[in-house]
Amino acid sequence: MIAEAGLAALWLAAALAALQLALAFGLGGHQGRSIGTIRAVALGQGLLTLFAFGALIELFLRSDMSVALVAENSHSQKPWLYKFAGAWGNHEGSMLLWVTVLALAGAVVALFERRLDAKTLGASMGAQAALALGFFAFLLLASNPFERLDPAPLDGRGLNPLLQDPGLAFHPPTLYLGYVGLSVAFSLAVGGLIRGNVGPAIARAMRPWVLAAWILLTLGITAGSYWAYYELGWGGWWFWDPVENASLMPWLAATALLHSVNVLAARGGLRAWTMMLALIAFSMSMIGTFLVRSGILTSVHAFAVDPLRGTFILALLALYIGAALALFGLRIAHVKEGAPFEIVSREGGLVANNLLLSVILGTVFVGTLYPLIAEAVSGEKLSVGPPYFDSVASPLALALAGLMLIVPQLKWRRDAKPILPRLAPGLLAALAILLASILLAPSIGLLPRLGLVIGGALVPASLMPLVGRSLRRAPLTIWGMVLAHLGVAVAILGTASDSAFTQERLAVARPGDRVEVGPWLIEFRDVLPIAGPNWTALEAELRASRGSGVAVMRPQSRFFSEPPTITNEAAIHTGWNGQLYAVLGEEAGEGRWQLRLWWKPFVTLIWLGGLLIALGGTLALIGRLFRGRFSISFGKRGYA
Amino acid sequence: MKGLLTLLFFMAAPALADSNLPPSRWANEQLPDPRQEAEATALMQELRCLVCQGQSIADSNAELAGDMRAMVRQRIAAGERPEQVRSWLIGRYGNWVSYRPPVEPVTWPLWAAPLVLLLAGGWLLRKRLVGRRL
Amino acid sequence: MNRALRFLPLLVLIVFVGAVAWRLSSTADEKIASKMIGQPVPAIALAPAVPGKPGLSSTDLAKGQPRLVNVFASWCVPCVAEAPLLSELRLRGMPIDAIAVRDRAEDVAAFLDRHGDPFERIGADPQSQAQLALGSSGVPETFIVDGRGIIRYQHMGPIEPGDVPSLVAQWDAAK
Repeated sequence: MIAEAGLAALWLAAALAALQLALAFGLGGHQGRSIGTIRAVALGQGLLTLFAFGALIELFLRSDMSVALVAENSHSQKPWLYKFAGAWGNHEGSMLLWVTVLALAGAVVALFERRLDAKTLGASMGAQAALALGFFAFLLLASNPFERLDPAPLDGRGLNPLLQDPGLAFHPPTLYLGYVGLSVAFSLAVGGLIRGNVGPAIARAMRPWVLAAWILLTLGITAGSYWAYYELGWGGWWFWDPVENASLMPWLAATALLHSVNVLAARGGLRAWTMMLALIAFSMSMIGTFLVRSGILTSVHAFAVDPLRGTFILALLALYIGAALALFGLRIAHVKEGAPFEIVSREGGLVANNLLLSVILGTVFVGTLYPLIAEAVSGEKLSVGPPYFDSVASPLALALAGLMLIVPQLKWRRDAKPILPRLAPGLLAALAILLASILLAPSIGLLPRLGLVIGGALVPASLMPLVGRSLRRAPLTIWGMVLAHLGVAVAILGTASDSAFTQERLAVARPGDRVEVGPWLIEFRDVLPIAGPNWTALEAELRASRGSGVAVMRPQSRFFSEPPTITNEAAIHTGWNGQLYAVLGEEAGEGRWQLRLWWKPFVTLIWLGGLLIALGGTLALIGRLFRGRFSISFGKRGYA
Repeated sequence: MKGLLTLLFFMAAPALADSNLPPSRWANEQLPDPRQEAEATALMQELRCLVCQGQSIADSNAELAGDMRAMVRQRIAAGERPEQVRSWLIGRYGNWVSYRPPVEPVTWPLWAAPLVLLLAGGWLLRKRLVGRRL
Repeated sequence: MNRALRFLPLLVLIVFVGAVAWRLSSTADEKIASKMIGQPVPAIALAPAVPGKPGLSSTDLAKGQPRLVNVFASWCVPCVAEAPLLSELRLRGMPIDAIAVRDRAEDVAAFLDRHGDPFERIGADPQSQAQLALGSSGVPETFIVDGRGIIRYQHMGPIEPGDVPSLVAQWDAAK
């Protein structure tokens, strides 16, 4: 019953999407009058889709094995959290989540967007409906989450043990809210291009969505990276895996879009760039969804391979992105340019920022797809991995960080004042760190050293916009910017520290042996079997000390039976200046065990930085949403 | 209880085991010379595991990956340069086995991409800003 | 923004869709084939894998007649399925040697007892070094080496009945 109700709700929602599309493009009468109807239809679509998603969750919580999806991905013995999360830990469920967020975003825009003129809003809602229609079709025709299984099995196949983790349970929804939140920017850009209305009004409508989506993407990627770090057992936190790249590319586009949309909203400039980025950001979300489900890229992250579904999504992609880009090409010439600006100005700096972010985005795109293209053209297989991406992305990212040292302090349109005084704190910090690093750590590589220097310089530099202001009266948006840039500095410092100072120790030890790694002395005590709710494990007891105090660490080799898998549960001890990371490997014969140990100074700064960036964005969003509805003039105040 | 759990563990293990031999010695032991070990580790992170879904041999639990690590360590300990070991493996398995793509005609567009994109973008910007002096 | 530039992203999309559509339509071949086809067999000298049977070295593979080299292991499940077909190839007059990867003598002996023994020589490869030297990426695989010690053909995966004619043809061509 529940499954059929969910399916019916989906069909109804799809019908409403079709209706919304028809209304928006003039088939329902005069657009000004029908905007009210469009709002109602969008709201209905959102609620129905939410109902369908709720139905799926209910089926998983009840472990209803007569539904094929539940039988394949769940098990009655799983803890309830993983039954809940299991609803989206598979292709069909996650597509339903995708569509739910798409429909809900449309509903929220319908409810709350009151400033944009009716015709442009109508065209944008039409674009959103068009997007929804295609994905509804994909869901209903090729990925039905509510299919029945007859006869129903006694119990399910279980959820992949790697996914049975609280962090990972919530990583997909966070990311999906981000990816699909960008659809609103896409639709608004399409609406604006259709109506020829590309200006500050569109930017103001788009901005909260871009900001919110970007915050969620930042959180989702940070969380995903930390999960990979502690779950996969090799101490790495980013692998430039194709699926990771697929999540990074929308974020890169969204970051550029975020900066661009502020310029458009406050100064009327960068129109073409903002529209293009708005189209590209959601296009990257769609491409990412496609790459993960189509089976054309090998990855530990990928969903089960299904070329037929891949072809369906590819067709949707080609249709939507092609139409949007063609629209851009045809209409952008009709868009009036904004006020001019010089190279040395806030706008000029932001243009350079956009350029660097776009180059990183383009390079990651090329690198991810190159093996495919090379094989298509030459028949030869090759691999493009971290050596390529690291060597290419790092200098570009450092250049971006360099820009961040000064651009936030530049004036709009034209900044003729001397730059050096404003750069002074950053430059002094840079010099100090450079000298300290040469004296104390002469043998680290060039890139890590540059990371330490520039990241360190960015810490005081990011605080500069607050200098000379009353801190209590500085707008939240300024605090948000400062915090976000500070977060970037912290993340760069963490990355550089991890590259430069990590020490690794692989040991084969007997209980009673002592092993050293970095400043730590680790005593290996014993290995004992233990059991958990749906697993058994061998757990090692390690006692780590450096000077005073002892930390007990218990890494496990954990064993699941449904489906049969072994996972490594690393033991991590977090101190103020780094993390000690321990993994229990295989038995090496004669009562000896493999141990993998890492001492990673300041590695937590990487994810702390990510959290700070998201926090900064949140402050800015709150500042935006609650600062009142008066219009922003183009004068000096501009972007506060 | 302890005995039962141990029994359960070992009963289930054979379904997942590959060979019956333990890993090679140098698969998981570090070379005594730290400089050689650093070279070996750097190379292992750039070599692709032949039987995994996108992992380096440094990050893989697979037996063949372990044997490849052992080979890398033994050769570097014997004095070979990392580049020689990499070339030897490429001679066996093609460029696919190296995560660092070669610099050959087939990969010139790849290595040139960042610079080309930067220059193209820069040219775009010059056209836009040059005529905009106040 | 000039004309060419406005449509550049669309062009990139078309290239992307084209490449991806190509990959979706042609079934991706996930196997990593050896690049040693056409090269001489690398210098290897493997100890006997089981008592009573000689070990395998590269000089044994350059004695005038083409030979098959079967890379297998006792713990390899598909190797069981291909064992009868190896015996059939032996009966057709194709001499077969083997390399036992990561195996113990007693396990190899037990495997040969249960599934038949068409091999003249079996070399022990406890750390996969010979397997790596040949460019083999898994078990089972079968190589055809010609009389002058040049590797001529690689068959990846177990030999199935449908593969026999092409293997015979390759062996003939290697003479």
